[in-house]
Amino acid sequence: MALLRHTTDDVVERQALTVNPAKTCQPIGAMYAALGINRCLPHSHGSQGCCSYHRSTLSRHYKEPAMAATSSFTEGSSVFGGQANLLQALNTIFSVYDPDVVAVHTTCLSETIGDDIPQIADAAVAKGFVPEGKCVIHCNTPSYVGSHTTGFANMTKAMVDYFSTSTSEDKIADQINIIPGWVEPADMGEIKRLVKMMSLKGITFPDTSGVLDAPLTAEYNMYPKGGATIEQLEATGDSAGTIALGPICSGPAAEALQNKCQVPQNTLPLPIGLRATDMFIQTLRKYNGGNVPAEITAERGRLVDLVSDMSQYFYGKTVALWGDPDQLVSLTQFLVDLDMRPKYIITGTPGKAFLRRIGEVLGDGVKDVIVKQGAQADMLYIHQLIKRERVDLLIGNTYGKYISRDEDIPLIRHGFPILDRIGHQYFPTAGYRGAMRLCEKILDAFLDRQDRDAPEESFELTM
Amino acid sequence: MSSKPIHTPDLSTPSEPFAVEALTADQIKGELTRQYPAKVKRKRDKQIVLNEKTKNQDGSLTLPVINANTRTSPGIITQRGCTYAGCKGVIMGPTRDIINITHGPIGCGFYSWLTRRNQTKPPTEEHDNYIPYSFSTDMQDENIIFGGEKKLKAAIQEAYDMFHPKAIAVFATCPVGLIGDDVHQACREMKRELVDCNVFAFSCEGYKGVSQSAGHHIANNGVFQHMVGNQTKEPKGKFKINLLGEYNIGGDAFVLEEMFEKCGITLLSTFSGNSTVEQFERSHWAELNCVMCHRSINYVADMIEKKYGAPWIKVNFIGAKATAKSLRKIAEFFNDADLTERVENFITAEYPAVLKAQAEVLPRTEGKRAMLFVGGSRAHSYQELFKEIGMKTIAAGYEFAHRDDYEGRKVLPDIKVDADSRNIEELTVERDEKLYREPKTNADLESLQKRDFFENYQGMMADMGEKAMIIDDVSHHEAEKLIEMCQPDIFCAGIKEKYAVQKLGVPCKQLHSYDYGGPYAGFQGAVRFYQDIDRMVNSKVKDMIKAPWE
Repeated sequence: MALLRHTTDDVVERQALTVNPAKTCQPIGAMYAALGINRCLPHSHGSQGCCSYHRSTLSRHYKEPAMAATSSFTEGSSVFGGQANLLQALNTIFSVYDPDVVAVHTTCLSETIGDDIPQIADAAVAKGFVPEGKCVIHCNTPSYVGSHTTGFANMTKAMVDYFSTSTSEDKIADQINIIPGWVEPADMGEIKRLVKMMSLKGITFPDTSGVLDAPLTAEYNMYPKGGATIEQLEATGDSAGTIALGPICSGPAAEALQNKCQVPQNTLPLPIGLRATDMFIQTLRKYNGGNVPAEITAERGRLVDLVSDMSQYFYGKTVALWGDPDQLVSLTQFLVDLDMRPKYIITGTPGKAFLRRIGEVLGDGVKDVIVKQGAQADMLYIHQLIKRERVDLLIGNTYGKYISRDEDIPLIRHGFPILDRIGHQYFPTAGYRGAMRLCEKILDAFLDRQDRDAPEESFELTM
Repeated sequence: MSSKPIHTPDLSTPSEPFAVEALTADQIKGELTRQYPAKVKRKRDKQIVLNEKTKNQDGSLTLPVINANTRTSPGIITQRGCTYAGCKGVIMGPTRDIINITHGPIGCGFYSWLTRRNQTKPPTEEHDNYIPYSFSTDMQDENIIFGGEKKLKAAIQEAYDMFHPKAIAVFATCPVGLIGDDVHQACREMKRELVDCNVFAFSCEGYKGVSQSAGHHIANNGVFQHMVGNQTKEPKGKFKINLLGEYNIGGDAFVLEEMFEKCGITLLSTFSGNSTVEQFERSHWAELNCVMCHRSINYVADMIEKKYGAPWIKVNFIGAKATAKSLRKIAEFFNDADLTERVENFITAEYPAVLKAQAEVLPRTEGKRAMLFVGGSRAHSYQELFKEIGMKTIAAGYEFAHRDDYEGRKVLPDIKVDADSRNIEELTVERDEKLYREPKTNADLESLQKRDFFENYQGMMADMGEKAMIIDDVSHHEAEKLIEMCQPDIFCAGIKEKYAVQKLGVPCKQLHSYDYGGPYAGFQGAVRFYQDIDRMVNSKVKDMIKAPWE
């Protein structure tokens, strides 16, 4: 029986209804980004259900505690505004949880009421609710604008707005800022490793490595060791440059830093796949005198070797992808480099820039690709396309498993959220080594499939 | 397997004190709230009580008073969710043939998409099943500025054109209430327009109550007003019951459906696990309502009784003893020799496997200590299962309960109605002169009533050990302190707590979604629970946590 039995291949234009969205709302992105600051407690200003949903989804994805407080609005707050709630919340938070930073984001409720967060935060300081040396930062994350990636971008930009300081006109030559975008903690770790190998001092923000992949020690620490510290965030204004990975999630912060502290910015695709990682290393070379250590070149060479060994299985295979724009651009590039054929690419995140960037990546070589963004670019739509014309592989988040089962097409889980597999928080897909892992996952999916479907006489030991 | 006699611990009168090492319960309580600002501390002090019970001369118990169903203090990291989550996620979520459209920005619809493991099993491919789908109006800023009713109506039309469902339900989210979209009017208009589709709305904005509990009440009202009673032809079957407050988490309802069938009891509807529009519409034909989750659904039981006549009893199918007791209670109600025999035969057939599983795990589980902080009934009902494998529940509390869930229904008249409860509509229900049937034909109804057979829910405290710790709306901070001080062998909570608890080296069993396990209802479910708990409290992981050089 089909799980999505009501989905037909009859693609009717919709104006109002979203069915099985390929995006979610801003605040969860702001919450995830805030967890990438050392000793920071995210705070959701609105009804407590939002905070509950966001914490649940982050916990289910990262298999880690995702702590955040909420203003717990009730009907009265919706009528009279949320100032009293936020003041009381800040008082309680600093008394009980002792964070260094509280990162407040709004919800569609507090945003519609129009609560002025900086004004309330100032009032909290005046009332003595914010201890000396501690701070409250904020960003606005109305859920009816953009998507979860916008929320991530807004909170990351808030880190610049609140912390980045330029102490001198001379920048520190070997210090660069890395804004890693919305990737797994393991990816942030991998990106940091490459920067270190390039003999650069990197300040990574937000940095959820060490936070959402913390060790099991029989002690619970609400603020694990990882995350960008306030000192690091302040020092971003003195860096020689900023590398923003992924324009949607990281671009606004990099731009703000350039305007605020004159730190030149480079916005690149997320370093997923060979060429995007090449671009990342090439950009790092601008800051380290042009050297690439032999070990990185060897890592790259191993990836190319792997691709060469696998290429007979990849050639011409068609893929349907959905997820976040920054991820999709790099993934699409990599699939094209592997001689595969991305066929349907959708993201619920609105924004026309995505269509242009995907167009550039696909170039003239890849024909007949359907790319769609926005509210009706949802999982129902991509399923309808697949019903019209099948693909060989699906790449996207957990919600693709229903399509995968109904249509009997293998699924590689990538992106957010992944609710039904464990380990992705530890194993990167960024960088050359991450690309090798991606290749392995894709090939395993194809070969498992081939083994499963092979008639007995052609069931091969060596493939 | 084992030649040893089956050892079943007698825990029928749990009275062991809460004493934990050198700490007294008062010290523990003090430590939980020490860091709170004065105002928060005062409030929390009334929500954390020791279960000190006094037995009165007439045999009844006087229980401590607990403050419940009050607002969470802003800033406190709470387990709670919102009204929308209670309405759309809990009650309406498990219904397979209604298209549930979330009217609001995308988040609420996204997060309530299939995450509670409500299972459903349509009989054939032709039967509708919308559970794997999430429908939303994905409101954009222009809808917030100019209003979203037009988009909502268009979305209902598009859903109808594509799927032709029997019913479409609409759920209002926070901003919808704020900008004043009239979702009910929009639904009435669309119902007229679509003719063969029942369309109705819920004003379940997240800010409406203090927890998801308000959403349960709103959903109950909606189901009762828009569906119950719509089918006027009496369904076939003997011993007709409804099962209320069973949500088919992890397949619980499937176990119970099979159980009723084997016993010859006709299950007309389940509110709302594995449920359908048709089941809701015929539910008023039941002769008896059996309430599992008292918190989320007692409203419907009361309303059906007033309007259609069927009385209700509290049942519990979590735990083998509880299951046997509840089945026997249903048989007692119908007072039919054949039914009683079938029920007894069923219990006799199922029980050996239970005893065998108990005997197998007991040497490894007996004496171990559990804490339960879930639900508005689950923290009570799951204690039965722990008792059966010799485990003590040393602390428990609910996430969204009211006082009656702790202290029993006798406190209902004493519960103050505050502003946060007053904004939830109380339906005025009157007897339906056409469909009302005198409850039960047999003559001993009166004697059943005399024996306090109906509506006699005693609450969690009556069943719990003396001086156990009872904490309403436990916060993350309190849970962490409690674990550090008492070192339980297992902690039961939800996904938000799970990984923090496990970082402390204590296994955490989710009881809202059952994480990797279930079903746990009925006799087979009990066996599965014993085995899962045995695995968790005896896992080797905790011995690996410290490195040999540490």
